[in-house]
Amino acid sequence: MTFPVEDRQGFSVVLLNGEIDLNNSPDARKVILNNLKKKHHVMVDLSDVAYIDSSGVASLVEGFQYARTNDLEFGLVGVSEAAMSVLRLARLDQVFTIYASLDERLEDGG
Amino acid sequence: MECGELLVTVSFCSRASRLRLLRSVMRDTADLAGLDESQTEAMVLAVNEACMNIIQHAYGMNPDGQIDVSVLQEQDALVMRVRDYADAIDVEQVRSRELDDIRPGGLGVYLINSLMDECGFLEPPRGGGNVFQMKLFTREQGEGNDISG
Repeated sequence: MTFPVEDRQGFSVVLLNGEIDLNNSPDARKVILNNLKKKHHVMVDLSDVAYIDSSGVASLVEGFQYARTNDLEFGLVGVSEAAMSVLRLARLDQVFTIYASLDERLEDGG
Repeated sequence: MECGELLVTVSFCSRASRLRLLRSVMRDTADLAGLDESQTEAMVLAVNEACMNIIQHAYGMNPDGQIDVSVLQEQDALVMRVRDYADAIDVEQVRSRELDDIRPGGLGVYLINSLMDECGFLEPPRGGGNVFQMKLFTREQGEGNDISG
């Protein structure tokens, strides 16, 4: 499957949705890294994620690390409760930059 | 069957595409066992992680391995046993990573340990393979199974 990407005000917004597991996390990883490799700042929208396992979380960590190494911005927006509970368990809610929405990031000004 | 009531046994091929079906069965099983929402999600995530480890590591992504998941209801716990038929693993090599070590892999074992009240490998079964057992207390015994953070 492919996850849609929207270009919004200087960001590539990757819209993950449904259940992110070992079956489709390689697709999530690919779309996140492809956009970062194009030198795009990336926000991953998790508002429609009903489930995410450690393979999905690993895709997010890879994006975070690539962005940090290449001086790009990477963050999560609209994290669903299902996704947030797993991020909290892994204590990654303290590692990722998380916004309620892209608008909040834009108002924040970086 | 030994002690405990068998609620379900599921057998499937070691393919990532089967995990969604497994989770669906596990959610219904948790409902049958009377778990609340938080415990249900903990159980579903832990079983998924255990099976994902088998697919990735025990079978090395070979899609033709067999995985059996059994759920038993004991008086005060739900017991999940996950069996594979791969070569016996070195249990010492199965360990959680430090959370301060921010890297993509190695979270699965940590999540299982965090979510389950008890877990570990059982004696290797006759016929080969590995059996990993996870236990979730269903009464006020465990505190390690609240997924809500």
